[in-house]
Amino acid sequence: MAARTLITVPKGAKRGDIIEIRALVQHPMETGYRRSAEGAMLPRDLIRTFSCRFVSASPSASNSTGDVVFSATLHAAIAANPYLSFNLRAEVSGSLVFEWLGDNGFAHRETVALLVT
Amino acid sequence: MNTDANALVGAGLPAISRWLSRASALPQLRRLANAAVAIVFFTTTALATDTRKSSFDGMQPATQALQKDDTQNPAMLWVQDGVAQWPKSEGDTQKSCADCHGDMKKMRSVATRYPQYSVHAKRVINLSQRINQCRTTQQRGSAWPHDSATLIGLESAIAMQSRGLPIAPPTATQPQLVEAQARGEVLFNQRIGQTDLSCRDCHNRLAGKRLGGSTIPQGHPTGYPIYRLEWQSVGSLQRRLRGCMTAVRAEPYAYGASELVELEAYLAKRATGMTLESPGVRP
Repeated sequence: MAARTLITVPKGAKRGDIIEIRALVQHPMETGYRRSAEGAMLPRDLIRTFSCRFVSASPSASNSTGDVVFSATLHAAIAANPYLSFNLRAEVSGSLVFEWLGDNGFAHRETVALLVT
Repeated sequence: MNTDANALVGAGLPAISRWLSRASALPQLRRLANAAVAIVFFTTTALATDTRKSSFDGMQPATQALQKDDTQNPAMLWVQDGVAQWPKSEGDTQKSCADCHGDMKKMRSVATRYPQYSVHAKRVINLSQRINQCRTTQQRGSAWPHDSATLIGLESAIAMQSRGLPIAPPTATQPQLVEAQARGEVLFNQRIGQTDLSCRDCHNRLAGKRLGGSTIPQGHPTGYPIYRLEWQSVGSLQRRLRGCMTAVRAEPYAYGASELVELEAYLAKRATGMTLESPGVRP
């Protein structure tokens, strides 16, 4: 299932900088408590988890799948098209892997490069 | 709202003038009083020239921030849908929007002119109807349903090209549009529904006051299609108009009805010269 996303990562960062990362994903976040205009229950359709992993570009990095730098558990009271922003301290160049997992097999992953000088 | 404000100014000035004339029996003082009236008149007309405001101005700073920053504006997700649709070859003719129109940037200023008269449809149509006209006649595909992701996405992406431009209905060259605007104005002033309210009652006379927790906007269509927090999605002006009609407990016109397009045309006339800010965010 393709989803649209808006991810903001600074173009470049200096070592030690605190940088803001923003991630917005298109998703209905249907609670499962609402009815349609025709009165039928709308089945629950939520994003359950969001995670952002950092994979270091350096070849000596021990962990190829990277480390989780931010994660969140989402629930029914969160609005559609959830928007999350968080801060990271830039240490080394690498890539940020954003992953949203949800009901009905929803899985969306985006990778954005982070250049640290 | 402009007419009402001017009427107030008009009614107020002779009264001030009379009071000042009575108060000052001496000729010099009377001249001074007339000068004072002139200054008052000048400043009020200067203020009354444009009291129109986009509902953006009345929004909470947090909601404004969502619109101001394209990386936070959720409507940009729909714009992405539209941008992705633009080069897709579809329909029986396997044409894409880009095949005829080229780069989408060339669509700059298009959205400022809608609704406008269509020779093909022989009536005034809005931008989404225009997109569907291309869809059925050029691509020879089936029309996209109103407010569907593809249609509203294309409309958002096209409207965004005109961001920052003034709303400019082509009334000078289209007498049919002038007629539609006039019919729209009648509808705007028509009391409807169980609450017996017209558009004018709230959006001209009570604009700026509060309805529950929210400020009543002047009702200028400057940001459409908008991402409405209440909808949690992007929607058309017709969807918004129908929402208002349901709220005054009237039966809304069907999507695409000529009455809704005429209302849209009148709103565009009312907002002529105001800056388009599509895709907007509204509460």
